[in-house]
Amino acid sequence: MRNEYRIALAGNPNTGKSTLFNALTGLRQHTGNWAGKTVSLAQGSVSFKDKTFQLIDLPGTYSLFSNSTDEEVARNYIVFEKPDVTVVVLDATSLERNLNLALQVLEMTTNVLICINLIDVAEQQGIAINERLLTNRLGVPVIKISARNKKGFPMLLDTIDRIVSGAIECHPAQMTYPDEIEAQLKKIEPKVSEFVGNHLSSRWVALRLLDGDEALLNEINKRLVPEGG
Amino acid sequence: MDKPKIIKLVHGQKGNIIKITSLNLDGVMRRRLLDLGFVSGAMVEVVRKSPLGDPIAFRVSQTTIALRKEESSRIEGELVSNEE
Repeated sequence: MRNEYRIALAGNPNTGKSTLFNALTGLRQHTGNWAGKTVSLAQGSVSFKDKTFQLIDLPGTYSLFSNSTDEEVARNYIVFEKPDVTVVVLDATSLERNLNLALQVLEMTTNVLICINLIDVAEQQGIAINERLLTNRLGVPVIKISARNKKGFPMLLDTIDRIVSGAIECHPAQMTYPDEIEAQLKKIEPKVSEFVGNHLSSRWVALRLLDGDEALLNEINKRLVPEGG
Repeated sequence: MDKPKIIKLVHGQKGNIIKITSLNLDGVMRRRLLDLGFVSGAMVEVVRKSPLGDPIAFRVSQTTIALRKEESSRIEGELVSNEE
């Protein structure tokens, strides 16, 4: 039986992704807060029950539209390397900004866990977060933690465990776009689906095509088209 | 009641709160600004201006972001408050 799973950590810069990574894996990964700090992908593992989770610390980004190398690395890992679960780490004190990235990830892949970090700081600021309501609206589990104080880890690991074992099914909320865009999506999504099959979300690829994302097209050509095909 | 006053972000004065109405930019820069929170309807505060007026620091969804006039002159919004 398979008992090793890959868990990717995504999130905005300075949300405590690396702190969480270090706390869980015990790996002394250097943390700092200048742009592009997490350049290569740090990996470490954590054991939980009978399973091993391989954690991958993706570069911190505000977005995943491949405006920069960091964003491209993170985006490519999530869509092409297909981790078993993508954990999106959000800063509880600025959810509005952070949810932008979360919504993008929900569009790209199915098994997503939203991890709201810095909950202790938010509570000090008088910010209350209703994670049940967020779970309902987003269609994926939402967990509150404080990576610095190692609060909420059992719940986080248990939820990851229940996603990989199939006990929790994720149904990520999808954005509905203006009629004009939805009409175009209806036209091209079936064709995209024929080509990408189960490898990628056809709705997401169709959206990127409408946006004229050539970098993604090249990446798909490189990775999904067989040599000489 | 007065008609809402529409100004460009570049013309905001320190302390002004501006509700964004339009971004006249395209491509990657538009995408980038949207990702940073410069979206239609967002409240932006002018935090401070450089001595020569460029760049200008804005507070947008709990973060301070400085824009050059090349960008801030292409973002328009409604002047909501004008406290000195």
